[in-house]
Amino acid sequence: MNKLRVRQLWFAATLLLSLFLMLIPLPGPLTPFKPYWPALILLYWCLQSGDRVTLGLAFCLGVGADLFDGVLLGEQALRLTAMVFIALRFRSRLRFFPMWQQSLAVLALLLNDRVLLLLIRIFGGDPLPPPEYWISPLVGAALWPFVFLILDDLRARLRIHDT
Amino acid sequence: MALNRDEQSPLFAPGVAGTLRLIVYLVLACVLMVLDHRGGWLSNVRYGLSIVVEPIYRIAGLPSQGFQAATVAFADRQRLTEANQRLREDLLLANAKLNRMASVAEQNQRLKELLDTQHSLSLNVQLARLIGVDVGAFRHRIVLNVGARDKVQAGQVVIDARGVMGQVVEVMPTTSVAMLITDPNHAIPVTVERTGLRTVAYGSRGGDMLVLPNIPVSADVQAGDKLVTSGLGGRFPPGFPVGEVRDVAQTPSGTFLSAQAKPAADLDRSEDVLLLHDLAEQDGPPPLAPNAGPPAGLAPDPNAPTVPVAPTLPKVTSPTATPVPARATSSTPAAGTKP
Repeated sequence: MNKLRVRQLWFAATLLLSLFLMLIPLPGPLTPFKPYWPALILLYWCLQSGDRVTLGLAFCLGVGADLFDGVLLGEQALRLTAMVFIALRFRSRLRFFPMWQQSLAVLALLLNDRVLLLLIRIFGGDPLPPPEYWISPLVGAALWPFVFLILDDLRARLRIHDT
Repeated sequence: MALNRDEQSPLFAPGVAGTLRLIVYLVLACVLMVLDHRGGWLSNVRYGLSIVVEPIYRIAGLPSQGFQAATVAFADRQRLTEANQRLREDLLLANAKLNRMASVAEQNQRLKELLDTQHSLSLNVQLARLIGVDVGAFRHRIVLNVGARDKVQAGQVVIDARGVMGQVVEVMPTTSVAMLITDPNHAIPVTVERTGLRTVAYGSRGGDMLVLPNIPVSADVQAGDKLVTSGLGGRFPPGFPVGEVRDVAQTPSGTFLSAQAKPAADLDRSEDVLLLHDLAEQDGPPPLAPNAGPPAGLAPDPNAPTVPVAPTLPKVTSPTATPVPARATSSTPAAGTKP
């Protein structure tokens, strides 16, 4: 009972943390290197416990991120929903990939996400973004093993402490 | 493995229900986006939810604030002394200039009173601080720590010590979001200080420069020219520095010159900014001058009086080359024949 609650709290806390990380600015020249944190954390939970992450959750998280971001309501909701859908569909296979293949898959997902964002912005009438726009997915994929291992480790520890 | 291989995540066969749900959510998101894009609906929602959003902005701004505090705390004495010295010199210089300016301003005021105009040189401003929050990549926006409770309104101009930074686009109870002049969606009417040429400076794709894409080929613009706000369009008050032209080149079509300018304001370093209050002129063109000049019977054709009214908003600056001389020639004889 208690264990379940702790796990749910941990789940919610990581998602909130990802929103915070999204809002915290990096110092000037590093700005294009910022990974898309909500996507990384959501992907981790997709792979780790797929029954808890649903399309509805991704949509809600996206709407929340949009509210914080203040750009276009529904933009991140659409992107996260699409990403979670793909990840859930290939979840069983992704889970058993070795880490480097998983990173590549994450790279593909993040690139797809950027393409979606690009489409949305172009439909909205924005000009094409500069080439630095495409750095963020690479950083995200490079960080993926660390994100995965750290979150996995923390989860394992929480479980141990909890029981 | 086996415990996860239920019907919800089959290894290969995709479910139809999942696709349906995906479509529903995607459509929902699209509807939200369209509603928001058309109606500016998001700002209302955000205003309502600002109780939640604002504290989170404050918390998310803490790391950068802490970083700054740490740099101050760990900066060595010498650097601080140097900075202090430099600031003191700046202050001295600024004060000296101000003292000289004061007499000029007074004189200006007197002369303007003589001319019976309402412009004043005093600034009605409000100090604001930036909150270190990243609102989206490649969105040139900043978050300020003042909001509707401090009587901030959308459209107010944000400046720093060196020049115009942008304008407020969204107001929440205690914070507000400003769009920088380098945003690709932003345009600011400017004048080249040296020659008086009016044009429009747009934000650029790359982010840290301004682009002036439509300068007439015959115009005299050089690298190093200072740009100041022209006051046209009624949003930015005239006379504030905007940037400095870095290079001028012909557009690929050859019909215009295109210039790149570096913003005068420290867009990514300023911590404290100023919000201007009600300095802008009223929207739209000024009221037509009472019929000065020759009587209507002498006018050659009825279209002539409408010409000077046309360039109200400098959206397209291509015709400026032609109408300006036309206006100058048409108005000077009018002024000349009046007495």
